[in-house]
Amino acid sequence: MMTGTIQNREAFLEKITNSLGKSRRTNGVTVPEWKHRPQDTVLSEATADKLIEVLKNQCLKIHTSLVMTDLKTLPAALNKVVQDYGGGPVVSWKDERFTDWGLDSLMKEQWPSENIEFHQWDYTKVEENIRQAERANVGITISEITLAESGTVVLFSAKDKGRTVSFLPATYIALIPKSTIVPRITQAAQKMREMHLSGKEVASCINFITGPSNSADIELNLVVGVHGPVKATYIVIEDL
Amino acid sequence: MPMKIGTNDFKKRVENGINDSFMRGAVAGAQERMGTRRQDAADELGNWEEWRNLGEEIRQHVLDNLDYYLEQLSENIAKRGGHVFFAQTAEEANDYIKDIVKKKNAKKIVKAKSMVTEEISLNSTLEQAGCTVVETDLGEYILQVDDHDPPSHIVVPALHKNKEQIRDVFTQKLGYQKTEKPEELAWHAREMLRKEYLTADIGITGCNFAVAETGSFALVTNEGNADLVTSLPKTQITVMGMERLVPTFEELEVLVSLLTRSAVGQKLTSYITVLTGPREELDVDGPEEFHLVIVDNGRSKILGTEFQPILQCIRCAACINVCPVYRHVGGHSYGSIYSGPVGAVLSPLLGGYDEYKELPYASTLCGACTEVCPVKIPLHQLLHKHRQVIVEKEGKAPISEKLAMKAFGLGAASPMLYKFGSKAAPAAMNPFTAGDKISNGPGPLKAWTEIREFPAPNKERFRDWFENREKGGGES
Repeated sequence: MMTGTIQNREAFLEKITNSLGKSRRTNGVTVPEWKHRPQDTVLSEATADKLIEVLKNQCLKIHTSLVMTDLKTLPAALNKVVQDYGGGPVVSWKDERFTDWGLDSLMKEQWPSENIEFHQWDYTKVEENIRQAERANVGITISEITLAESGTVVLFSAKDKGRTVSFLPATYIALIPKSTIVPRITQAAQKMREMHLSGKEVASCINFITGPSNSADIELNLVVGVHGPVKATYIVIEDL
Repeated sequence: MPMKIGTNDFKKRVENGINDSFMRGAVAGAQERMGTRRQDAADELGNWEEWRNLGEEIRQHVLDNLDYYLEQLSENIAKRGGHVFFAQTAEEANDYIKDIVKKKNAKKIVKAKSMVTEEISLNSTLEQAGCTVVETDLGEYILQVDDHDPPSHIVVPALHKNKEQIRDVFTQKLGYQKTEKPEELAWHAREMLRKEYLTADIGITGCNFAVAETGSFALVTNEGNADLVTSLPKTQITVMGMERLVPTFEELEVLVSLLTRSAVGQKLTSYITVLTGPREELDVDGPEEFHLVIVDNGRSKILGTEFQPILQCIRCAACINVCPVYRHVGGHSYGSIYSGPVGAVLSPLLGGYDEYKELPYASTLCGACTEVCPVKIPLHQLLHKHRQVIVEKEGKAPISEKLAMKAFGLGAASPMLYKFGSKAAPAAMNPFTAGDKISNGPGPLKAWTEIREFPAPNKERFRDWFENREKGGGES
């Protein structure tokens, strides 16, 4: 990665140091042990099943459907949601897990045979991906970390995991392995920090998505789908 | 749009606000709904005070070590290929951004809602440079289409407009032909804005929080417009007030949790996006080039002073949603994009007392704002502090107040004058008194009694009553 530039820093920081009335610190500042840590106690005793209950209840509040399934019934469950949303075009990330979870025949054989157009993100096709996402009816991605308290899926971008798959299509489906469910955003932040400290580069785009796009800008009336998807469904895969 | 909104003086602005019955109803309704949702969200956690303590602790630690964290942030952004520009003034920030626009030969810019870019008047700078600037937040878009009507609330900028007004604006300016239903209006905006994202050269965003340890920054929205602004154009520019940062992801989540609960009563908003540098080499979407502009614009003058805690602010607007003065006068009365209690503290600091000396008086000092602030800014104390500074150091108090204080000082300084004054008061005020109220007072009382009554002085002084009582002659 090319290194970027930094301009006008010294005079700017000097002014701050002078205002603070302390000498300039260029090292040695550490994050203190915070006196209060209420974030650790939220749902800390909850079992995996209890977290699913919390997630289910929260989905009712964020206008998001939740479907429970296992690997065996996953293709049928995914197909039903896509059909309920009105079919294709469908766009998804390119991810080995779709193959591992037995979705290849649905995505690459069944859908095309039923005239449901399917495009898998492919970085070599460059701008074609965005064109496909823009005209798609359904976008499908996988949640890396799932936050029960807020009903949030967390996505990490990468070359075959385009950012816009979750925004441009009219509707959105997130596949959620049960093992990714944690109490709240606290655990996601810790995991992201651990990844960084262990030398793994943070994804250039991390999306926390909590249901469909919405706005209350007109007389505080909730309107769904102002910019991004109008509807969202989470499919929780129990044996993963 | 600059930080200062409108050209009317304070009195005129307040008059306009008080006479706008739709706006006052909308504001009162919004305060009730948003205030209740915030309270419910806080109650649900059960230990809200602990959360507030943590929020305060984090913000204070960052401000006390701001130079260190800004250096760390800039190093980490550059490592990931981003460009960082430190701008001491609005002009420096605008010039730098204008330069990028020129180099890129950019014609169209899409923006996600950002208060700091309004503070530095970035839009008009870019428009003068020949660019089309499109605000994509629905509320901001409505205001922009309506000939740049100013925002009246930090979180809900178009709160003062009703749906019929929005329909009329869309009909006149965008060829809209449907009804005033919010869903239809919003869908029209979606269709218009989709085209803008796909054809824009540059995306500009604000920054809710930057993370020093990784060189990341977070955008918090419900609409997801910030995601499209940062995913589709080839060049991205993010502008942040210099105080808006946290040490690591762990503090980021705490402040985001406090922000979303305090602003709209949500556990998290629909979209929270954490971006680090430009897109990676083989990524298809995301910006090829990323610039972060860090703005001082008067903030460093606040550091190290008694007003430093205002820089803890995370722009949630909880203070606005409980303020009785905001409820009566509305956001435009503050004459600044920063309205409500936070605006009354911040605007005079950033914009000067000459422009904003009345704002610290636009408060009942009831302390409701301080009570709800998720990062424990002592807002009403800072308002009081402003008044002290205005009177003592700046000599800029309203003339009536200065006269009254001077008269009171003289009268109270001598026991003889005080005795005379307090004995003479009922007689002196007699022509203005009806019953036990003064409703059309003279001199310094005039401004007060124009909008409310003042209790008339008791005919019997407390001292006389007390002396009589001691002698056994007073009423009990």
